[in-house]
Amino acid sequence: MTLAISVGLLVAGGVYLVVQRGMVRITFGFVLLGHAVNLLLVSGGGAFRREAPLMSETDASVAADPLPQAFVLTAIVIAFAITVYMLTLAGVGKRDDDTRGGPAVSGEKDEEKA
Amino acid sequence: MTGALLPLAVAVPLLAAAVLTVLREPALPRRVILLGTSALSLGFGVLLVVASWDGGIVSHNVGLWPNGISIPFVGDMFGALMIVVTSLLTLVCSAFAIAAGDEERRFFAPLVLVLAAGVNGALLTADLFNLFVFIEVMLLPSYGLLAMLTGIRGVRAGRLYVAMNLLTSTVFLAGVGLVYGVTGTVNLGELAGLAAESELVATAVAVVLIALSVKAAVVPVHGWLARTYPYASPAVTALFSGLHTKVAIYAIYRVYAVVFEGDSTYLWIGVVAMGVTMVVGVLGAVGENTTRSILAFHMISQIGYILLGVALFGPLGLTAGIFYLLHHMVVKASLFLSTGAVEVTYGTNRLDRLGGVARTEPLLAAAFLGAALSLAGMPPFSGFVAKLTLVRAAFDEGQVAVAVVAVAVSLLTLMSMLKIWGGVFWGRSPEDVAGHHLERHPRGALLTRVRPALVLPALVLTGVTLGVGIGAQGLLVLAEQAAAGLLDTSGYIEAVIGR
Repeated sequence: MTLAISVGLLVAGGVYLVVQRGMVRITFGFVLLGHAVNLLLVSGGGAFRREAPLMSETDASVAADPLPQAFVLTAIVIAFAITVYMLTLAGVGKRDDDTRGGPAVSGEKDEEKA
Repeated sequence: MTGALLPLAVAVPLLAAAVLTVLREPALPRRVILLGTSALSLGFGVLLVVASWDGGIVSHNVGLWPNGISIPFVGDMFGALMIVVTSLLTLVCSAFAIAAGDEERRFFAPLVLVLAAGVNGALLTADLFNLFVFIEVMLLPSYGLLAMLTGIRGVRAGRLYVAMNLLTSTVFLAGVGLVYGVTGTVNLGELAGLAAESELVATAVAVVLIALSVKAAVVPVHGWLARTYPYASPAVTALFSGLHTKVAIYAIYRVYAVVFEGDSTYLWIGVVAMGVTMVVGVLGAVGENTTRSILAFHMISQIGYILLGVALFGPLGLTAGIFYLLHHMVVKASLFLSTGAVEVTYGTNRLDRLGGVARTEPLLAAAFLGAALSLAGMPPFSGFVAKLTLVRAAFDEGQVAVAVVAVAVSLLTLMSMLKIWGGVFWGRSPEDVAGHHLERHPRGALLTRVRPALVLPALVLTGVTLGVGIGAQGLLVLAEQAAAGLLDTSGYIEAVIGR
């Protein structure tokens, strides 16, 4: 239940931030959404077995499922890389991180190089 | 061909990318490695097609771990055909990028190779989580390629593109988590048929399919494509058009065929969504006034046709869908490259600032016209066979309404292609329009010529669509075999889990 509530709260906060205009807020929103999905993945393996999954040390009936943990580890690495890149995109260009209007506004000074 | 070669399709491009990251100069070896790796991948795809002839399937467990816990790579006819076409497009688009000067930019070549590695991996994997990883491997270099070449416009398009793709990937990953939660596995072989038996599994896999549909730009989640593709450089747009959405489409075909086993309960959703996609895409193009934004909207429309194949299912529907997919990748890239050659040379892609290119560039005009007619479905090009097979399949399945929509949309497609033809290639050359600075010969011919190296890539691809159109039976047989592999998945499942 704790996991479900945490996922719900993180998704709510994440979605709120992602629909904002500024790129930095959107990036933070994705950090929250990423955490929500990571918790979802861990709960997919079942939260009732908590022992460290070491093959010879732990009894299989109490060992946690290692596969979702491996999934989460991979997902964290990917999310980290993209977060850094998104912050870069927020920083380059004009002195704004605005996403409004987007690229479709062609009348502005498009020639300005990033 | 032995299965142990399969992981090389991912490893070799990655290694080549690593080498090119360090060795940036001189240009010649860099270009040889870029084109050579793409050509190797193409050769690998051809070998795989030969190996999977008549239902043969090649598989490998990375690290020789036992079935079920290993990372599985599986190559069948569908995957092999996709590798052939995606590698061909990487090769041709890289050649275009070299001619257009994009390739001079730092890290362009390694990013393209990482992209190719991700595509190959996504086409060969038999595991939902690895599919997620390989799609990310494919997308990460794309973020760079989109934003780095076109200044502030690229950055703005990049912000939108990254946000959209990250959101979709997050949903995809949540879907994978749900699938694991309800079944305890993400291996496609072990998931086979489970969604047809249990509604719980069907719901979890539906989350994955919805994420893939966003990446494939199905209406109503198509808006990102038309707002980002026109703002990359022409070579990158052509490359993305051939690879990104098409890998998502491939995954939809694969997942629906294996996990749902083509369950007909849900197919009506696909038929409706794809009919709407065809119409909305083609109507969206009507209001556009640059070549690439028109072509981007057409891509959305054509994605409706391609995915109609999986929505109809059945032997003819799948054959038509796969044939359409392969044909479309080549034709769309050809269109982006021929209009891209104009854009690179004359500096604009606005219809009202161009004109009369056919007079000075008959070969380029021929390349565009051939591909445009193929897109609209005119004989003798491959588009005719693709549309004919698809409409026949729709009639066979009793979906007359969607067949009528498909034919009507073809006419609108032709109209839009004629709009580009009229705006760019036909008519008077641009000196008659205010605000341009092109030199002209006294008798009216443009002095600025499109370089042959820019014309050749589009010409090659138009040649392929003409060749496939005339010798359609050959590719139809291959597409039939690929469809048979999706209809009867027992061989595929056996290759993945070994029983």
